[in-house]
Amino acid sequence: MDILSGLLQGFQVALTPANLVMCVLGVVLGTVIGVLPGLGPSATIAMLLPLTFRLEPTGAMIMLAGIYYGAKYGGSTTSILLNVPGESSSVVTCIDGYQMARKGRAGAALGMAAIASFIAGTFGVLMLMLVAPPLAELSLAFSSPEYFALMVLGLALVVLLAGASLTKALLSMLVGLWIASMGTDLFTATSRFTFGRVELIGGIEFIIVAIGVFAVGEVLGNIEPKKPADVLPVPKGLRNLLPTRDDMKRCRFAFLNGSLIGFLIGILPGAGSTIASFMSYGIEKGLSRHPEEFGHGAIEGVAAPEGANNAETGGALVPLLTLGIPGSGTTAILLAALVLWGFKPGPLFIHDSPAMFWGLVASMYIGNVLLLVLNLPLVAVFAQLLKVPGYAMYPLILGVSLVGVYAVGSSLFHLGLLALFGLLGYAMRKLDYPAAPLVLGLVLGDPMEKALRQSLMMSQGDLAILFRPIPSVLLALAALLLLIPLFKKLNAVRVQMVDKEA
Amino acid sequence: MIHSWRNGDFWSGLALAALGTYIVTAARRWTYMGEDGPGAGFFPLWYGGAMVVLSLLLVAGAVLKRRASVAPAVRWGDLGRALACWAAFVACIALMRVVGFAIAFALLAWFIVAVMARRPQRVALPIAIGGAVAFYALFELALDVALPRGMFF
Repeated sequence: MDILSGLLQGFQVALTPANLVMCVLGVVLGTVIGVLPGLGPSATIAMLLPLTFRLEPTGAMIMLAGIYYGAKYGGSTTSILLNVPGESSSVVTCIDGYQMARKGRAGAALGMAAIASFIAGTFGVLMLMLVAPPLAELSLAFSSPEYFALMVLGLALVVLLAGASLTKALLSMLVGLWIASMGTDLFTATSRFTFGRVELIGGIEFIIVAIGVFAVGEVLGNIEPKKPADVLPVPKGLRNLLPTRDDMKRCRFAFLNGSLIGFLIGILPGAGSTIASFMSYGIEKGLSRHPEEFGHGAIEGVAAPEGANNAETGGALVPLLTLGIPGSGTTAILLAALVLWGFKPGPLFIHDSPAMFWGLVASMYIGNVLLLVLNLPLVAVFAQLLKVPGYAMYPLILGVSLVGVYAVGSSLFHLGLLALFGLLGYAMRKLDYPAAPLVLGLVLGDPMEKALRQSLMMSQGDLAILFRPIPSVLLALAALLLLIPLFKKLNAVRVQMVDKEA
Repeated sequence: MIHSWRNGDFWSGLALAALGTYIVTAARRWTYMGEDGPGAGFFPLWYGGAMVVLSLLLVAGAVLKRRASVAPAVRWGDLGRALACWAAFVACIALMRVVGFAIAFALLAWFIVAVMARRPQRVALPIAIGGAVAFYALFELALDVALPRGMFF
């Protein structure tokens, strides 16, 4: 199937009334949680995933993806009006966005954030559509050793950029691998780490861990009292939200920079939208004719990072859909969702599930248009959400978490596990253990063990099979990445990137 | 050495070293390499071993760290609030067996709003009761998603 006919099929899927409703629902919900500081897309997608089991999978995926990229649009509103990022990917937007708002240009900043997000987000989807099919073809040549090495490389990248302490990130990943290996070993039917509990023979559902660590852990981490926020006013009228012609002219390069950097960083597992936005901001400032204006309300300082964090979505979906390798906590949950619905993200995904792949791609074009249309006139309404007090939100989050986990297996034992993983999430937050490596270790643990054992079965236990050309290059790269902390200068760059993410 | 006792890295490192030791011990009971290839103990033995080594490195780092670079002391007030909320969450799950989802959830919501956030009853009660009714109406009635049932409801 060529790209054009694939896209045509995608629009046929995405434009059905039911899927359009799911797309609107996803992007609105995404914007709302993007606006609310403290509640992220990972927690929301994890909480809602069990409730989507009764839905048609393509529509459900369209909605969950809408939450993922919609949150990035919403995150900028809080950054600009409150100087607090709604999402970690909008941190850098605080720098110039808030300064613009203080100078009475909140409308232009919000408008530019929406326009840049739209342009770069659409670019990201376009690139996803162009890059994913050939990459999938290329990866058809991969077998178990290559897959094992690829997963090791993916995990190494995530671990490297997950936290200032590489040791803690690695330990977090190892705990994820441990949880993944609970239950019956499918090769030998041996029960592993079940503690004599029948409920654990099938293993621990990924979703319980994800909701516990992200949603319940987030509530526990945010429960301390906070000062009420001082929100700057949003100008009334659509005209006051539109950037001037001069603003648009100044941001031409920022659109291109944000789009390219965002997409390229997105492809790399672990890097994520926060790093993409910081990089594009740095490049924008470095190449600007008036760098002295950055930090004091330069509109390019809003356009470049907001563009980058939205283009990153398209990039992040490339390895997820074509190789089955997620690069972040959120994409790990999306991978789990696809697997739970019976899909197999990987080289054959586009070929085997064209309606899902192309439907998703087409829905993202539609979703980006919807977000632009929704965000400009409704930004004042979304800003009102910042006045919702935390004490009203926390019971809601805990309630949805309980319902979501109970929907998985109608088991109170699962709810007990949820409480346990909630406490683990809180402890990890307080002790500076990053959650992303744990979730990725959990998602990749099973396929990684399977790929390794299959490789060694193929070679009758000879480890040399992992040193064929492709796996050896990938494994060498992973080893080099993990050695970075030993080199002072390189590690300083790594820590700087991680600090920005934090 | 004394400051290590107050360091989170020290205690979390010890806990993870214990977990790693348990994983290695358990994995040693399973086949490492059989005739068909690696057995059930192969993978856990490797990551369990790695966990022991890394967690001991973390402990050593915490012990050898100079006093000035030790992480700030625990804020007991915040920790207490989080643990109180968690205890209420656990109690809510335990209560579901008896009183079902709606009442257990209403009690949890009331606790968070009235006790933890110290809001007046005119705020706490509507959130608790309204929330429980809304959850029941949305999930049980509208979406046909089963909620936990108790002995009576």
